[in-house]
Amino acid sequence: MPHPVTDDPEYDLAVIGAGPAGLAGAVAAAELGLSVALLDASSQPGGQFYRHPAPALGATRPEALHHDWATFTALRRRLADSTATLLAGHHVWTVVRAEARDLWDVHAVTGADGDRDRPVRVRARAVLLATGAYERHLPFPGWTVPGVVGAGGAQAMLKSGLVLPGLRASPAGARPGAGARVVVAGSGPLLLAVAATLAAAGARVPAVVEASGYLGYARHPRTLAANPHKVAEAARHGAALLRHGVRLRTRSAVTRVHGSDRVEAVTVSRLDRDWRPVRGSGRRIACDALAVGFGLVPQLDLATGLGCATRRARDGSHLLDLDAQQETSVPGIWAAGETGGIGGVELALTEGELAGRAIAARLGGRAAAGGSGRGRALRRRRARMRAFAAVMAAVHAPGAGWSRWLDDTTDVCRCEEVGAGRIREAATAFGARDARTVKLLTRAGMGWCQGRMCGTAVACLAAEGREQGPPPAPERRPLAVPVRLDALAALTGTAASDPGEPEEHAAGEDSTGG
Amino acid sequence: MVGAACAYYAARRGLRVTVLDRGSVAGGTTGAGEGNLLVSDKEPGPELQLALLSTQLWRDLAEVLPSRIEYEAKGGLVVASDRTGLAALQEYAARQSAAGVTADVVPGERLRDLEPQLAPGLAGGVHYPQDAQVQPALAAAHLLRAAGDRVSLRLGEEVTRILAGTRGEVRGVRTPSGDLHARHVVNAAGTWGGELARLAGVTLPVLPRRGFVLVTEPLPRLVRHKVYAADYVADVASDSAALQTSAVVEGTPAGPVLIGASRERVGFDRTPSVAALRRLAAQAVRLFPALAAVRAVRTYAGFRPYLPDHLPAIGPDPRRPGLLHACGHEGAGIGLAPATGRIIAELLTGGQLPLDITPFRPDRFGGGVAG
Repeated sequence: MPHPVTDDPEYDLAVIGAGPAGLAGAVAAAELGLSVALLDASSQPGGQFYRHPAPALGATRPEALHHDWATFTALRRRLADSTATLLAGHHVWTVVRAEARDLWDVHAVTGADGDRDRPVRVRARAVLLATGAYERHLPFPGWTVPGVVGAGGAQAMLKSGLVLPGLRASPAGARPGAGARVVVAGSGPLLLAVAATLAAAGARVPAVVEASGYLGYARHPRTLAANPHKVAEAARHGAALLRHGVRLRTRSAVTRVHGSDRVEAVTVSRLDRDWRPVRGSGRRIACDALAVGFGLVPQLDLATGLGCATRRARDGSHLLDLDAQQETSVPGIWAAGETGGIGGVELALTEGELAGRAIAARLGGRAAAGGSGRGRALRRRRARMRAFAAVMAAVHAPGAGWSRWLDDTTDVCRCEEVGAGRIREAATAFGARDARTVKLLTRAGMGWCQGRMCGTAVACLAAEGREQGPPPAPERRPLAVPVRLDALAALTGTAASDPGEPEEHAAGEDSTGG
Repeated sequence: MVGAACAYYAARRGLRVTVLDRGSVAGGTTGAGEGNLLVSDKEPGPELQLALLSTQLWRDLAEVLPSRIEYEAKGGLVVASDRTGLAALQEYAARQSAAGVTADVVPGERLRDLEPQLAPGLAGGVHYPQDAQVQPALAAAHLLRAAGDRVSLRLGEEVTRILAGTRGEVRGVRTPSGDLHARHVVNAAGTWGGELARLAGVTLPVLPRRGFVLVTEPLPRLVRHKVYAADYVADVASDSAALQTSAVVEGTPAGPVLIGASRERVGFDRTPSVAALRRLAAQAVRLFPALAAVRAVRTYAGFRPYLPDHLPAIGPDPRRPGLLHACGHEGAGIGLAPATGRIIAELLTGGQLPLDITPFRPDRFGGGVAG
């Protein structure tokens, strides 16, 4: 098969995602001599964690909301000093094997919103997926009222120097959201960080509502003792909250939002062990906004498109199955950070560096740099933090009873306005046994967000009242981001007969039929 | 879909039916289909006869089933870009007309009366008012519901064995939850029909043919008919294994535009094919320039079940008494399902067949009872 003529540059390594894992991986690989392209949808590196105001906003102290800003600036400087190419504003929509079987094609669209019509293709010998995670949402009555925002989204907006939606506009010069009352709810360690950030930004936080109990951590004293930085981090947030007079309610959830045009109050109910609301325990708390999130879910669209094997985490989410070198089941495709399970920034930095070093060793024809002191230290750190991540996933895993706080009219899919009642009907009366069939029968998950918002909830409702069958395959989204048709039509360098068809089966092979 | 139709018509003949599926209702190729109920893409012959009967049956079903199945008798519009293509298309349409298809030739300058957003400069086309559309997963689910109490559904149960009596006749099936006895077993396993046949000890060479569908963001109604270019017709009967894509473009009641019908033989491989997506997008934009800046939000792959002569297997299997086949409909299973279901119901109850099913004989490819 003749190679099409192309001017596209070819790299040793394409890193997708310029958050902590991707930055660390790109820097490590470039410093070991690889040519590296680092692609990210955002206009500047940092990812979700090191999100900071755009230069145009003129922020003087972007580090104010980051306690380890120095780590980021050091990485950013090393990246600038290296030969790595940062491709900002690149929205990767798929990664496929190139015609030459030892190369990969990374396809991206560009522009702030991915809306420019010229597609970009980056060709590389290896790909590091550092695509991070997105927030898990569980619906409840009133969650579509303006003023209800994602906890992670709220954190990102504050870090970007923007005003939270639903909050009254702050006077010129005032801090974003200053004076507004924001309840923080859901589950996971992010809640404490969000509450602390909000309080630091001048908002009042009447309550932090955590659905799990923190006692779960106490069952793993050795893992805690091995991760003193995590304990210190929690203590730091906890101290900040105490200082601001924030009340922490565990084993509780916001089960209803009051208000129609905007949030006026929330009802907080106590939960039993399975997250079923305890009848009669509801208490109303007046507030102007609600920041809510139930932890993070690995962003695997590109990986599942490539057929990378996945497994289920303790909280039911899918994560990539990686070997000791951070390589996926598809040789040449590597991953680091949240894609291998939610573990936080330090784990992402560690795994990114491990992956960058392993890829450099592989492409350089050497065995993985296992003998070096640095490699050993990184692997030890990874093992320690992965153990903590597993405890965290188990402690904050959504309990099966959460769906009891839904009524049948609650919209579960916001894009297509599909209520819980219709999803339950599809499952009980029309033979839908999984989220995919519910989607086909109700359109839940077919809208703009492609089920990223409602996927967890729909899967839970579809499985309600049935014995657990085989675990569902991860959702397949071959287009990781929307792509203009003229951008698709303008793709070049793909041979007409498309011979690059890998033999292996995609991980999510259909098991349906007869 | 085919299984649901078999169950529906059999139940209406008074039979008690159990529908088994190892997944969900519409979990296989039905859920990956566009819901094409087409006569326009079929050469005169046995498949077209089946399609014409189905067209009538679908119209009847649309009266019985709720409007949520999104049945739309929207008609098809096949266009040709140049004079040569148009001449071939007109000749083809004339032969279809002789076989009972309504096919109206549309001159180039009248095309935009039917489809205002169509690209200018096309040579002409043929309008097929009998072409229609349905949302396949909803249609299958509602058809099973409408079949009533005589049909029981057992989902998430995989058939692991076909039970046979002393004379080799079918006695039922085995699943992980036990044996289910029945005088007849209908193989409506679609793309996996060959595997089920093998369980019964007979060969049926059903193979998968992959297709991609592109789905856009929701739009106000921009495309009124099922619109496609004439080269689609040539692809259906083609024996070539190379990628052949021709965009069928259509709007849906929910808003998104569907662009579909790439055709590849690559086994059960879901890896996105950039080449296939590029062709779908390019052909759609060529037909409807207004789609250029519209974003595709989703794409999905399905596996059409096809047999070597591109005709389905419908009818009793003489090699295994009691076993009937209803599979291998390639890309036309949704459209051909009601006629297939009717035929199976008549066969099970000794009724009068609506058409000659000899071309669909399941044993026409040879191969006897194995082992």
